[in-house]
Amino acid sequence: MLHMERACLRYGRATLFYVVVILVFSVGLLSTAAAQEEAFLRPLVAEQTPAPAGIPEVHDTPYDAGGSITVSWTLSPDDGGGKNHVSGYDILRSTSRDGVFETVSSVTMGVNQYVDTSTEDGIDYYYRIRALAGEFFSDSPPSMAVMSSQQWYNVERSNLLVIAAILSFFIVFYITRAKKGKKLFIRRIAGLEAVDEAVGRATEMGKSILYVPGIQDLDDVQTVAGITILGSLAKMIAKYDTKLDVPVSRSMVLAAARETVKQSYLSAGRPDAYNDDIVHYVTDEQFGYVAFLDGTMVRDKPAACFYLGSFFAESLILAETGNSIGAIQVAGTAQPAQLPFFVAACDYTLIGEELFAASAYLSKEPRALGSLKGADAGKVLASLAIGFGVLFETLRVLTGSPAIAKASDFIIRLFSLRF
Amino acid sequence: MRRRIPIIITFVVGTALILAMFIPHAPFSSLDENLSVYFDIIAVFAFILGGGNLLRVHLTKIQRKKRDWQYSFITITGFLFMLLIGFFKVGGPPGLRGDFLAEGSWFRFMFEAVFNPLQATMFSLLAFFVASAAYRAFRAKTKEATILLISAFIILVGRTPIGHYFTFWLPEQLEFLHIPTLANWIMGWPNTAGQRAIMIGIALGVIATSLRIILGIERPYLGAEK
Repeated sequence: MLHMERACLRYGRATLFYVVVILVFSVGLLSTAAAQEEAFLRPLVAEQTPAPAGIPEVHDTPYDAGGSITVSWTLSPDDGGGKNHVSGYDILRSTSRDGVFETVSSVTMGVNQYVDTSTEDGIDYYYRIRALAGEFFSDSPPSMAVMSSQQWYNVERSNLLVIAAILSFFIVFYITRAKKGKKLFIRRIAGLEAVDEAVGRATEMGKSILYVPGIQDLDDVQTVAGITILGSLAKMIAKYDTKLDVPVSRSMVLAAARETVKQSYLSAGRPDAYNDDIVHYVTDEQFGYVAFLDGTMVRDKPAACFYLGSFFAESLILAETGNSIGAIQVAGTAQPAQLPFFVAACDYTLIGEELFAASAYLSKEPRALGSLKGADAGKVLASLAIGFGVLFETLRVLTGSPAIAKASDFIIRLFSLRF
Repeated sequence: MRRRIPIIITFVVGTALILAMFIPHAPFSSLDENLSVYFDIIAVFAFILGGGNLLRVHLTKIQRKKRDWQYSFITITGFLFMLLIGFFKVGGPPGLRGDFLAEGSWFRFMFEAVFNPLQATMFSLLAFFVASAAYRAFRAKTKEATILLISAFIILVGRTPIGHYFTFWLPEQLEFLHIPTLANWIMGWPNTAGQRAIMIGIALGVIATSLRIILGIERPYLGAEK
């Protein structure tokens, strides 16, 4: 028994010895393999790692409301050249130069600018650009510190300010002249001259007048123009004692139009002829509103239909229905795409600016007429600018003169809007 | 004073919004956005006014049995039905947070099965109206109408494959007479020039109207009168 125990012990020791030897050998082998692999991969990693992008140039985005920093960088030499394997860039940001940089966004290859709109004003930021090539990447050195802030004046809109100031000056100038009693010539607008005819016809026929102030809300200047014209028209209608029907598609337009019509009836000395149902709400839905108007036209057959305001696809549906019932139709809108439909289907169309001129034209109020003359002065200036632009651009092409090119570029810059 | 206060408010707000175009600094930077929110809030309350007006006008019509009062009955029924199934989210998820347009709700069904087809029907009328309006507009009665007819014909044909086959045989020197080329020229030059002229006029008209409102010369929001 003792002999057996000794034999087992000896056998166990020998086994232990062999296990230790095998382990040491294995570790040796593994470390050699790792070293060999590392030696093998090192040039591969170096091969695949893209060259870093240039040090990012950073600045507070100019003329903005703060919260924005513009970062630009030189592309990695491996983007569009070299190994040409850069797939994009990560924009990294930190609040300290040696701190942890976090990715704020990514851009694709070839892009060398990013506007970071997620900054807080008054805090220093540092940026790095990480060039990406599959699993491999390289970081640029950090940028200088940069801080975003709000500006008090948008220099890029100076041209707009100058143009607006000149136009406002002319408008106010002519308003002042008109107030002093200076006679102003306003050209005849056929569509507005026809208003009398339309109202007279409806009166003679004993039929109603349908007035549609567009399908937009009161925040659209076309709707405002439509309601202003309604004021002048309602006064005339009140005098003739003709029935007026104003279905509207917006609740706020209902309130404004009702007040306008009420005031017109009062000033025409016919408060008795006014009732709140003249102006009534139908629906906000475009085609629901159109269905109502079409139904009203076909059933009531108004003698005159006015469409003055903002219109979209419903313009032709309304105008053709009005045409089919033989109503005299006056339309006006500042939607250039809808004008051809109105021109085709209506008797008179107020084209663009005529819609805005209509209220002044109808009211004959001197100050309002003065503003029309001011807008005309703006048109003269616009025509001159277009003329000079065409002239300089033509001369640039013909002569190639740098001075003319400069003048041409100036005119283009003057009328370029940057939003 | 009842009139002066709104005019002062209009002047101050209008001027501030113009300044906001050129001043990116707070509070001007968010002025436009904030005022739009105010507008939406007012519009929500005004909607109650609109709904109330709709009910009053049509109920009066039904009560007095005015001509075509049956249409008013349908209008009121439809209005109240949609209002109630939307308000109580009939068929939809229970509770206040549930969506009234959720799958299976009556409101959604009515919207998809009734409202949308009706809307599409109205819109599709446009195809017939375009044909009838085009027929009238393109009758060569005057010099202008004839030019319009020829231009329309060139554009219509030039924008279809057949336009290419009409004139593909033209030699290279006469390429400018190729119908698709002519169509593109009409759209790119006379059409664009005309549209831009209208746009410039509109822009100036908008400026003049805005100034009239800001300066209190025109005040439709007060009832038009001076």
